[in-house]
Amino acid sequence: MNAAARFVGTAGRVVSTAPRVLLAAAMVLGVPAATAAAQGVEAGAEVEASVRAFPADPLFPGQQTAALSPSVVLSPDFELEWSDRRWRLVGEGFARLDAHDGRRSHVDIRELGVSYFGDRFTAFAGVGQVFWGVNEVRHLVDVVNQVDGVEDLDGEDKLGQPMVSLTLESDWAVLDLYYLPYFRERTFPDHDARLRGSLPIDGDPRYPNGGGRWDGGVAARAFRTFGAVDLGLSYFGGTSREPAFEVVVAEGGQPRARPRYDRIDQWGTDLQWTGERTLLKLEAMTRGGHGDRLYAASGGIEYTLYQVLGSDGDLGLLSEITFDSRGEGAPSTLFEHDLFLGGRWALNDPSDTSVLGGPLIDLSTGEVLAVFEAERRLGSAWRLSLDGRLFWNTDPSSRIHGIHRDGFLALSLVRYF
Amino acid sequence: MAAMVVTALTAAPGLAGAQSAEERGRAVAEEADARDRGWGDEKSTMRMILRNRGGEESSRELRRTGLETDGEGIGDRSIIVFESPNDIEGTALLSHTRTLDPDDQWLYLPALRRVKRISSGNKSGPFVGSEFAYEDLVSQEVDKYEYRWLRTERCGDLECEVVERYPRYENSGYTRQIVWWDTAEFRAQRVEFYDRKDVLLKTLSSEGYQSYGDGFWRPHRMVMQNHQSGKSTELVFEDWRFGAGLTEDDFTPSRLRRAR
Repeated sequence: MNAAARFVGTAGRVVSTAPRVLLAAAMVLGVPAATAAAQGVEAGAEVEASVRAFPADPLFPGQQTAALSPSVVLSPDFELEWSDRRWRLVGEGFARLDAHDGRRSHVDIRELGVSYFGDRFTAFAGVGQVFWGVNEVRHLVDVVNQVDGVEDLDGEDKLGQPMVSLTLESDWAVLDLYYLPYFRERTFPDHDARLRGSLPIDGDPRYPNGGGRWDGGVAARAFRTFGAVDLGLSYFGGTSREPAFEVVVAEGGQPRARPRYDRIDQWGTDLQWTGERTLLKLEAMTRGGHGDRLYAASGGIEYTLYQVLGSDGDLGLLSEITFDSRGEGAPSTLFEHDLFLGGRWALNDPSDTSVLGGPLIDLSTGEVLAVFEAERRLGSAWRLSLDGRLFWNTDPSSRIHGIHRDGFLALSLVRYF
Repeated sequence: MAAMVVTALTAAPGLAGAQSAEERGRAVAEEADARDRGWGDEKSTMRMILRNRGGEESSRELRRTGLETDGEGIGDRSIIVFESPNDIEGTALLSHTRTLDPDDQWLYLPALRRVKRISSGNKSGPFVGSEFAYEDLVSQEVDKYEYRWLRTERCGDLECEVVERYPRYENSGYTRQIVWWDTAEFRAQRVEFYDRKDVLLKTLSSEGYQSYGDGFWRPHRMVMQNHQSGKSTELVFEDWRFGAGLTEDDFTPSRLRRAR
């Protein structure tokens, strides 16, 4: 959920002028340093210190009991362009060190690849990040990248995906084509960590269709604007980014949840109608490969009150509802028939202060996940954010019950270099 | 058309009296518009400095590309990319403007690699916390306003036509604006903005005009002073470049991903 102010969204990329290190890197990569310097090398980093506060004790014996769980993140990035900006090399790394969750302490290459910009096409090879969709809460059609599951519950932090891609622009549509040679497994909290769920998650997943991580996939999306309507149609064929879980008994007789990654085919559409104050959104998909073919749709409305109560701020009222046919055997999600009712308040001040929040309600069980995100810039190079994820009224028989005492508040301070 | 207007304004001042104040006001606006036709495409970089009443400053660096577009009811296209502050670096806004109908806008959020279509109804809210509203920054097509000529008067070293204009598009934050166009080159030297209660809200002053290419005048510095809040925003342009050969293909939502 991105609490974008009207024009300026949440944390962006970071740039400062070229350090010598990168000129050296440019030379190693065969790009003349002088050229690189002339055409722009940009490099920077984000450094984050954050602390999660867990108000409740954990549900299971052996889970971490610390009420405060600090962590630090280093995320360097660079970008260089040459040949009249026809070529671009970008990279973004990510490393988190977490005091209490050994698996949340992890390193990833979010992006590292080279693009060539033709007149009406773009080619890319390397590790990339792709976003598909229009919704704020459930991202049903966004299937190219694996979710970095230890980062948050919202699925918006994603692992870098190795890919070769081609974007073709024509008068009737923009077509993105992807070949995805390697599969990334989802990240999960450690055996004794908060938010791990009812059972410790086994590190050795099962691929029932064989293939494993090197079983490649393909994806494609066509996009076009028809006046006030933006329409995307997408296909994905490959290993499901969402795992199903099977209970296995590990050494010592301990039960574990073992991820299972099925081969799937998924057709999706994302649609948005944009009015002067109103956005109407729809994401829908159908997926085969988990047993019975499943269908899911998530639609929403966003209505914005501009300069609310005579202030400079805008108040957006946001509601999204999801229906999902998935049953036993398919990967479960926290909510299958859910309704989000919330608001987004963008103050439009020089610090880009924004607040977003509301309950996500499971319509079949009445379980609630309350979401809260507030952030603002401090000075010119810092950003402070407070996020909350709290559970209410969870049903002892549901999957969410295993984490219902792991609701948290997270305070983060990021320095941009 | 433009030639006729020039004649009416300059060659036969005695005939000006035959025009109504409305016709004469519109003629001035048409002349200013005609003199700025044909620039094609432009690129500029700018620093935006926000100051509050206490003098505290914060700044943003932006890169803007614009494309002149012909057609009934259609305005120019632009992409604005933020280069600083660092937390919003790479955020980009694509606008397809229209004269009276709502503009089409897409926002690129680099952290999520997401292109998002946004509503354009908020014309009068602050643009990134500044004293500029979005409606102050888009292309000023003649048909966006109705006009009334007020007077001719000295404006610094120049002489200016002073024209009042009334927004015809919806959701404007203004009842009227008063524009000072100099009679030498028809550059907007100063604009006063009156809020919905018809009280003076802001004054925009443009300075350091220079001529580029085939006589396209662009300011070096613009200052928007808010008289009600005491806040001000200064825009300093570091570079204007014309004729890069951009086309409509360069101003599409999918191109936002490579704008950074």
